[in-house]
Amino acid sequence: MGKLSWDAIPLHEPIPLITGAVVVLALLAVLALVTLKGGWPTLWREWITSTDHKRIGVMYVLLAIVMLVRGFADALMMRSQLALAAGSARGYLPPPHFDQVFSAHGTIMIFFVGMAFMVGLMNFVVPLQIGARDVAFPVMNSVSFWLTAAGALLTNVSLVVGEFARTGWLAYPPLSELAYSPGVGVDYWLWSLQIAGVGTLLSGINLTTTILKMRAPGMGYGRMPIFTWTALASNLLIIAAFPILTASLAMLALDRYLGFHFFTNEAGGNMMMYVNLIWAWGHPEVYILVLPAFGIFSEVFPTFSGKRLFGYRSMAAATMGICVVSFMVWLHHFFTMGAGADVNAFFGIATSVIAIPTGVKIFNWLFTMYGGTLRFELPLMWAIGFMLLFVVGGASGVLLAIPPADFQLHNSQFLVAHFHNVIIPGVLFGAFAGYNYWFPKAFGFRLHRGLGVASFWCWFVGFLLAFMPLYVLGLAGATRRMQHYPQTQWQPLMIAAFAGALVILAGIVLMLAQLFVSIRQREGLRDTTGDPWDGRTLEWATPSPPPAWNFASLPQVDGIDAFWEAKRCNAGVREPEGQDARPLHMPRPTPLGVVVAFFAFFAGFGAVWHIAWLTGGALACIVAACLVRAWRTDLEVAIDPARLAAFDRQAARP
Amino acid sequence: MSAVAAVDVRGAAVPVSERGPSPRKVIVSYGFWLFLLSDIIVFSAFFAAYAVLAGRDAGGPRGVQLFDRGHVLVETGCLLFSSFACAMMSVATELRRRALTVLGAAATFALGAAFLALELGEFGAMLARGATPERSAFLSAFFALVGLHGLHVATGLAWLVVMMAQVFTLGWRPMVLYRLACFSLFWHALDIVWIGVFTIVYLGAR
Repeated sequence: MGKLSWDAIPLHEPIPLITGAVVVLALLAVLALVTLKGGWPTLWREWITSTDHKRIGVMYVLLAIVMLVRGFADALMMRSQLALAAGSARGYLPPPHFDQVFSAHGTIMIFFVGMAFMVGLMNFVVPLQIGARDVAFPVMNSVSFWLTAAGALLTNVSLVVGEFARTGWLAYPPLSELAYSPGVGVDYWLWSLQIAGVGTLLSGINLTTTILKMRAPGMGYGRMPIFTWTALASNLLIIAAFPILTASLAMLALDRYLGFHFFTNEAGGNMMMYVNLIWAWGHPEVYILVLPAFGIFSEVFPTFSGKRLFGYRSMAAATMGICVVSFMVWLHHFFTMGAGADVNAFFGIATSVIAIPTGVKIFNWLFTMYGGTLRFELPLMWAIGFMLLFVVGGASGVLLAIPPADFQLHNSQFLVAHFHNVIIPGVLFGAFAGYNYWFPKAFGFRLHRGLGVASFWCWFVGFLLAFMPLYVLGLAGATRRMQHYPQTQWQPLMIAAFAGALVILAGIVLMLAQLFVSIRQREGLRDTTGDPWDGRTLEWATPSPPPAWNFASLPQVDGIDAFWEAKRCNAGVREPEGQDARPLHMPRPTPLGVVVAFFAFFAGFGAVWHIAWLTGGALACIVAACLVRAWRTDLEVAIDPARLAAFDRQAARP
Repeated sequence: MSAVAAVDVRGAAVPVSERGPSPRKVIVSYGFWLFLLSDIIVFSAFFAAYAVLAGRDAGGPRGVQLFDRGHVLVETGCLLFSSFACAMMSVATELRRRALTVLGAAATFALGAAFLALELGEFGAMLARGATPERSAFLSAFFALVGLHGLHVATGLAWLVVMMAQVFTLGWRPMVLYRLACFSLFWHALDIVWIGVFTIVYLGAR
């Protein structure tokens, strides 16, 4: 069994054990409920093996919400520990445990919350927006999702079997090398991210091909909805950046498993090379997350202002500008490396330059609202909340971009405040805006407004309370990743930050309550039009929820905001002439994705614990599954034209 | 999916970007091109690491002492001719000539396998001399970069065997043809990477 033994279960540590027990019980309860209700056949056919981009998108978002709860639990532990551990007090989390908590928090929030949420929304929306029936590679889409889920599972298993990395979310060597991290924590980190990273890369290839090659007739680049533009930029970045992550993780794995010397102290290894490589992925990653969020806001502002987006072309240009410049700023994460004044000056200026296209976007959104008829629905509230908070985070970012200032603020709570100030309003608020905006499209009913408003205000106020004190603490000298501190005068601000975290907790609870209540009251919240917000883009031209084939006949696009124009002319969306009336073919559901991910999980688990037969066997099973799939010839099901017509008749009924 | 005509009802040219979804063949090979680009970025990270670590021999053997350029030239020849054979295979596939396709595939496989055997022989000799990846950062970067390329070649050989089995069992179905096209893109891309390896690692050895 390699390094695995009963010692791996932390029987002496109550926190992970109780958490693990609760999670396992909850999981068993869910499984029992599904079994009792006889839901397995539906679940298997309609969801687990589905190749429908909409279903896969929904599953991504569900994964993101579950992992948000996990990642937030880590955040609460850190904030409560720091609220307690002042002066001679040491709190309740010993350093080795605290180190795992902050490493897991960062890893989970970026890879399994931010990424999963954004990839999920892009998956759901992009094919609908461009008038396509599915993504370019529907089966690969299912594989991508399940690999991401397998990575998330492996991260969570580390809670009760062994330990997680104590190295921070990017596992810098030499600390992450075998000499200083002999446990399995870093290995869990490595293989979780490697598995999830492959899923993300495949998803990036899939969506890029979809956007570039499958747009409806008439949708030239100048007519693509702006969310699709940002999704394109984000997925191009995935293709360009994620391979660097794959390579860096592979090198670190070679160091740890086979005694290579890429990043070691000895034998000529160069640890700063790791830091360069990981940030050459890591900085574009920030934009992979935030660009789709910018796209969501760019859909929300015009829709709820009843106006066209101000400066469509400048918005697309700014998006692609950010896409390019994001590859030229990675060194600002380590100005203190000692690269010299010239290098630091270059990267400092490049970093400040990013503020220009971002500023263009902010002004475009403001001018979109100006003179419009604003409807304060939930998506617009999240969008306005984003704008108010994000400019503060952006300004502190420009401050950090100045190398001399960075030397003072590097590694401090100021930095922690800065990146939370861009990621929470930028990425999470964007995700929540998109979640509230497209939920009625996915399920045919809206989310409860009152609970949503309450959740929004909790997040908004909680965010300010939790992170503004960290700016002050950082300026006062409090470092990040600090388990306790002797300065008792910091404690009031730490307690304020903890209180902020509790208010955010209320926001999360209200958000879950909103989902629950909305499902219970779905008849009252039902939308039968397919267009609850008076939308502008093609996804609103379909019924809610859209049929598996999205569009029975492909729409003909004549301009920006295709659906809006069609409504204004009081006509339906035009169809191009000469479309053939053959029955549609949609891909058949396949268990390939879930089977590959199942074995990928065990391959990763075996690698973590050095169980060679498990890893080898699991990899062989993956190859076998792919070979079986390669000989399948009944890959598609024909959808009967009569069924299409019946669906259309039903949808046309008011 | 119906493609839209290149000319609209009024006879004006429709821009390429407005002609609607591409045919399946284009979509598949485009997606595979993107995958190859990402794979080349993986390689470029290993090239970058090699460039940084090439001089860090930690007092151990150096490249110029280890590499036999004549040996590597033969290796290179094998891979390049394998690529040529692969192109011939593609021509035979276009003509739907099964016997010629198999002949091309057999030549591709034999030359690729010869490349791999020569490479493994080189690795074996280096390991026997104590030039292992544990010895120095230079050797770590060398074995990782060249080994990664070798791993790709080995994967390609296995893929080729699978494709021949598919040609025999499934015939010239569109999906088999797409996969053959992807394989040949993959095989030629490995050549391009190898040109980089040959130039930077072997010719550039110090």
